[in-house]
Amino acid sequence: MSRLELCLMLGAVAALALGVAIGETVFTGRDWAEAFGQPGSAPAEVLWQVRAPRSVCAFLVGAALAVSGAVLQGLLRNPLADPGVLGVSASAALGGALALILGAGAAPGVIELAALAGAGLAGGALVAVAARTRSPETLILFGVALSAFAGALTALVFNLSPSPIAAAEVMNWLMGSVQNRSWIDAAWVAPVVVVVVLLARASAPGLRQLSLGEEAAEMSGLSMRRMRLMAVLAAALAAGAATAVAGVIGFVGLAAPHLVRAAVRGDPGRLLIPSALAGGLMLTLADVLARTMPTDQELKLGVLSALVGAPLFALIAWRAAREWRL
Amino acid sequence: MSGPALELIGARAALGRRTVLDGVVLTVAAGEVVVLAGPNGAGKTSLMRGALGLIPLAGGEARLGGQAVSSLSPGDRARRAAWLPQQRRLAWNMPAVEVAALGAPFLTGSEAVARARRWLERLEAGHLADRGVAEMSGGERARVMLARLLVTEAPLLVLDEPLTDLDPDAQLLVLEVLRERAQAGAAVLASLHDLGLAARAGDRVAVMAKGRMAAVGASMEALRPQVLSEVFELTGAWVETRSGPALSVERAVRA
Repeated sequence: MSRLELCLMLGAVAALALGVAIGETVFTGRDWAEAFGQPGSAPAEVLWQVRAPRSVCAFLVGAALAVSGAVLQGLLRNPLADPGVLGVSASAALGGALALILGAGAAPGVIELAALAGAGLAGGALVAVAARTRSPETLILFGVALSAFAGALTALVFNLSPSPIAAAEVMNWLMGSVQNRSWIDAAWVAPVVVVVVLLARASAPGLRQLSLGEEAAEMSGLSMRRMRLMAVLAAALAAGAATAVAGVIGFVGLAAPHLVRAAVRGDPGRLLIPSALAGGLMLTLADVLARTMPTDQELKLGVLSALVGAPLFALIAWRAAREWRL
Repeated sequence: MSGPALELIGARAALGRRTVLDGVVLTVAAGEVVVLAGPNGAGKTSLMRGALGLIPLAGGEARLGGQAVSSLSPGDRARRAAWLPQQRRLAWNMPAVEVAALGAPFLTGSEAVARARRWLERLEAGHLADRGVAEMSGGERARVMLARLLVTEAPLLVLDEPLTDLDPDAQLLVLEVLRERAQAGAAVLASLHDLGLAARAGDRVAVMAKGRMAAVGASMEALRPQVLSEVFELTGAWVETRSGPALSVERAVRA
């Protein structure tokens, strides 16, 4: 493990501890003693059944989105790629929204699968387009179109929804939050994130070759078809799972790789694990911030991340414009 | 491996509706440097792509080391040939030595890096090894990409306009390195626009025009005045100089 990964891991542990320690209710000394001493007491419930799973979910969602972003950036050779920007998250949301409105939400796993399917379709479309264009700008524009189209279809789903209550429920989910997430949510996302990380790491040699361009990578001796498939699968699975558990949370996939890129000297393969850790760290802290903001309604994580992330996107685009003219 | 390093037998290919290769025949054997010349759009890049199996052939066959390229696995193909495409846009600001090391994905990291340093040194770019490729000039980056190609140490090197962006000294250096590779037993196929350099660098010159092979042979033979005027619309002649025969050309008077 590199020093960077170790530092990020320590940071992540600290952030998770903070996520358990800080919340809406302020604990007294006696509450703390009960929380650690008496399982089943109210403070223990708050700490271990409310805050802990919520923080773990925030970490996993952040890590998944960040890996998704890092893989997409390597695959498409574009620092602006991110599941949100490219419409993968919006497509996952559309899948989930459709399942919810059609009343399939009651059956376990259906929303999750629908979100994954939406993300998978978007990922496939992106790769098909990426294979036919050499210009990074074209791909971003396609992603923007895809995102807008999935958004329009989601709006259509609301529009035609027979029940306003169901629509409100979907809307609430779409805004993005890890409020009230339980250990059950964490328990199914965790293995997905592990699979995503394994797939991403297996595709790392291919991502590295792709920094030379499509043709040189094609002749590198690696099976680029397999590499590409694993990368898309990783990115779609990660974005789909993150959306299924927390709704739409943008820009983590953009920001996390951006923050650690210089530390790995641009290497798109070595970027993956540090990105995951940084993404998890960021979202865990963002969630702490969201729940401690003195607002009447709790601030949604998706809203907060977009407020911070959108200006960052503009900044990265500004800087990347130079690199594109190599 | 049996058979020549590269063989095209009646190769035909189309990009969309336009025919880019029309019954092309070419052989490149171990130990020789073959230069591909021809005006813009003559099909030089398509020939090389077709030979490497990067574009499908509509007819004829491409073989590497005696085997049909379409039947080779990606690994087998890379063991037989390495490719320097014309497109040299690098995606990330990686250090030069790591970019060059990408030429050997099957070696361990440290072996690949050692080999990359060696080839960067040979291209007189050793001082660039640890610099990020985004912070380089076009010519410096071109050397890094060439080093990446040489790191493969493949028995066939195919290069699409390897001299673009390089200063005159570096151009001659690269031709010298390619000659060395050929002497060490590799086959080299490179497209060049500078006819003077083409004549000096190649054991043989292959001249393409409109998707067909217009002339193949020793440089003075392939670039004879008739070919120069028919293919390139140039009038010219060979002149003896201190550094070997040189080509003196000017634009032909057009009707």
